[in-house]
Amino acid sequence: MFAGLSLLSLVIWVPIAAGVAVLATGSDRNAGLARVLALIGALAGFALSLPLYTQFDTLQAGMQFVEISPWIETFKVTYHLGVDGISVLFILLTTFTTVLVVIAGWNVIEKRVAQYMAAFLFMSGLMNGVFAALDAVLFYVFWEAMLIPMFLIIGIWGGPNRVYAAVKFFLYTLLGSLLMLVAFIYLYTKGGTFEILDFHRLPLTLTEQILIFFAFFMAFAVKVPMWPVHTWLPDAHVEAPTGGSVVLAAIMLKMGAYGFLRLSLPIVPDASHALSGFMITLSLIAVVYIGLVALAQTDMKKLIAYSSISHMGFVTLGFFIFNAYGIEGALVQMISHGFISAAMFLSVGVLYDRMHSRMIADYGGVANRMPIFAAFFVLFAMANSGLPGTSGFVGEFMVIMGVVKVNFWYAFLAAATLIFGAAYTLWMVKRVVFGAVANDHVEHLKDVTPREFLVLGLLAVAVLGMGLYPLPFTEVMHHSVNNLLSHVAQSKL
Amino acid sequence: MIFAMPNLTPALPEIFVLIMASLILLVDLFLSGKNRFVSYALTQFTLLGAAWITVSTSGQDVVHTFNGMFVDDVMADVLKMMTYLAVAAMLVYSRSYIQLRNLFSGEFFVLVLFAMLGMMVMISASHFLTLYLGLELLSLCLYSLVALQRDSAQATEAAMKYFVLGALASGLLLYGMSMIYGATGSLELSKVAAAVQQSAGSRTMLVFGLVFIVAGLAFKLGAVPFHMWVPDVYQGAPTAVTLFIGSAPKIAAFAFVMRLLIEGLQGMASDWQGMLIIMAVLSMAIGNITAIAQTNIKRMLAYSTISHMGFLLLGILSGSLNGYSSSMFYVLSYVLMSLGTFGMILLLSRKGFEAENIDDFKGLNQRRPWYAFMMLLLMFSMAGVPPTVGFYAKLSVLQAALQAGFIWVVVFAVLMSVIGAFYYLRIVKLMYFDAPEDQSPITAQPDASLLMSMNGMAVLALGILPQPLMALCAYSIQHSLL
Repeated sequence: MFAGLSLLSLVIWVPIAAGVAVLATGSDRNAGLARVLALIGALAGFALSLPLYTQFDTLQAGMQFVEISPWIETFKVTYHLGVDGISVLFILLTTFTTVLVVIAGWNVIEKRVAQYMAAFLFMSGLMNGVFAALDAVLFYVFWEAMLIPMFLIIGIWGGPNRVYAAVKFFLYTLLGSLLMLVAFIYLYTKGGTFEILDFHRLPLTLTEQILIFFAFFMAFAVKVPMWPVHTWLPDAHVEAPTGGSVVLAAIMLKMGAYGFLRLSLPIVPDASHALSGFMITLSLIAVVYIGLVALAQTDMKKLIAYSSISHMGFVTLGFFIFNAYGIEGALVQMISHGFISAAMFLSVGVLYDRMHSRMIADYGGVANRMPIFAAFFVLFAMANSGLPGTSGFVGEFMVIMGVVKVNFWYAFLAAATLIFGAAYTLWMVKRVVFGAVANDHVEHLKDVTPREFLVLGLLAVAVLGMGLYPLPFTEVMHHSVNNLLSHVAQSKL
Repeated sequence: MIFAMPNLTPALPEIFVLIMASLILLVDLFLSGKNRFVSYALTQFTLLGAAWITVSTSGQDVVHTFNGMFVDDVMADVLKMMTYLAVAAMLVYSRSYIQLRNLFSGEFFVLVLFAMLGMMVMISASHFLTLYLGLELLSLCLYSLVALQRDSAQATEAAMKYFVLGALASGLLLYGMSMIYGATGSLELSKVAAAVQQSAGSRTMLVFGLVFIVAGLAFKLGAVPFHMWVPDVYQGAPTAVTLFIGSAPKIAAFAFVMRLLIEGLQGMASDWQGMLIIMAVLSMAIGNITAIAQTNIKRMLAYSTISHMGFLLLGILSGSLNGYSSSMFYVLSYVLMSLGTFGMILLLSRKGFEAENIDDFKGLNQRRPWYAFMMLLLMFSMAGVPPTVGFYAKLSVLQAALQAGFIWVVVFAVLMSVIGAFYYLRIVKLMYFDAPEDQSPITAQPDASLLMSMNGMAVLALGILPQPLMALCAYSIQHSLL
């Protein structure tokens, strides 16, 4: 059906075109039309991304659905797209999340609806672009362009302190990204090309590798975010509207981690090995220390934000132990965290839309008035703390298995996340959902609407499905991960 | 003595502009206030005609004429075409602004055309004297344009400062040129280049002259530490004139640097490289950091210009064809952005009101979403964020500088552009995140409004497909320098 058209280009450009169409509806008088168009665009994006999975050849390790055409000949930059087992799932996650975000913002957003919906559609296309780009300049263009809609989403529809959060988010990420750009240019001057796959084969001395590693580290560690460059995230999450938080947590954070896998590990394998101790230390600090910080939060969104940092620490830990369990576990954890964090933020959004408060102390006994919501919320909380049977368990278990092979004490510390995760999540749930009805506002809460039920229900299916039967996810990535590991094992010196 | 008629073909555009400017000066005498539009139309026609002549006389070869004082090459043609475009856009943007301020008179158009003639001469000069002649023609017109608003004390002060400092810089430049003449015995760029290659003349005297020349150039570019005039002139001049100063003369200044340093003094690259590094680094630092503190958008953009000139120098100092063409790409993209940004200030200004404080941009997204979007594109382009042309401009100069091995200068430039992003973001923040303070309707002329849309879209379109412009720059550099 799509023989003539290239699937990856469509997945990138259809949402962007839909975004332009949504913007064209203009002012809020046509808000209804803007919403419908946005939903059509998001669903089209999701529908287009499905064949990427169904037609994906799981036995092949290399790039699939490859498209290549010249773009900027002066710098030998090409429009080069392709996915392997590592990136394909993230495109699905992106298009899926976009649908959820559009539905979740349906009538919650009342002012400048067209701009809101268009911003998410632009983001969706650009994020797909990041996961599909195989040319460094193309990758960088998507990576940076994404900042513009996100900056506007936080700044226009965000909370009281939104300007500070938006500017901090932008400048933090820009600083990191520009250093990555310098590294790209350096690699170009060495190799004469901007192809990422050629960068993988470019021989580099250890000094060069270490400098490039740190340039990449600045870009990716900020995005992940790793301790100690994580401070933009709690601000951005708290101030962003629900949809913004969902996209940030579910996808944007994954880009940093994806960057480590696609760029850092294969381009500078020796530096990655040499600095793995450093990376593991930072990851473990994120897991343990940020876990403790999460425990002390009084704001639900902030708590989930810190929980995200802690869970992402797990992901980077999985990468830098260099075995298949670790990397596959980390990838599973990324997908699973995409579902769970989206679900958690949407749940908080449901409460916030009713009460206009994110403070844990303002709630109590929500279960008495919103039983269906409470059921969902508890399920997602359990998943967040890694209960077996939910997707949260699979990834963490695999990573811990991988880490045990390397060092028992690392694994011991990493396992602490299960305890802290359970502690902060369940304690929050206890204070918000259970107990007696705390105040009059809670007394008058109404249970989820069909729209909210649909969104949360879809995520619940995803969380449980992945938890009970993770094979469809792991088999896709298996060959690509092994290929990556064998590549990383070869020294470039 | 036999007087041979020089080949006039290469200089036809200049001759045409000169004739037309004189004609407009005459015609305007007989026009009443109502019919002043004729002068405007004639000026636009002149630009169109000059463009047509430039295109039809262009060729791949480098043609010298007037005993080697004047040169016509691909780079000159491309830069001249961009100059016409910038001047035409400036006239469209500022028509209603100057009408409302009683500046819509023959002098304005004639001065603009003579200034443009000066730029064209600078672009095509291959001799110290022609270079100086073009520069002075440009500068004198600019001084008077700044002072055109006679009753404005601010404008008069700006013009005074500009004139005094400009004259000083011209003096420095002349002094430098005389030193070089003393050392090489020639004023013609190609002969100077040859003499420098053979290291004829005293090295000390050459370097001594070079220092003065670089100082004069830096003044014209507005690079630190010769940047003091830029903020005052940008702020004090009527915005239409600021738009003029901030756009086309940058192209001429680029040509000026190319002719002097690359064509004339390439042999002393190792000497001027060091000076340019210092100026580039200081310009990027001082321009970007000082811009943060500004509340007047014209002043802020003046500091932003200074920092952009720093980036421009990065390409030149890398000393390769690749570097020169990336600098050329940078200057052309910068002119495009600068036109749009100052054009936006003009669009938002109305009778008795100058939209020159950054707070005047508050809530623009609610007043005119399309304008806000155009300004957003321009600001992100200035900051160098993709997918806008500003990103490729930065990418290409950084790439050139890195290839020349200036890795720490590049890292520094990158850090400075993060600082720069802050004040561009602030404009976006004001437009999108804040509520409007000023609810009066925006009364922009349809032609200016259309041009603004085209300008913004060009910034985006060149950001998605930069190859044509990049290829054009590379082509013209390759065919102009040997």
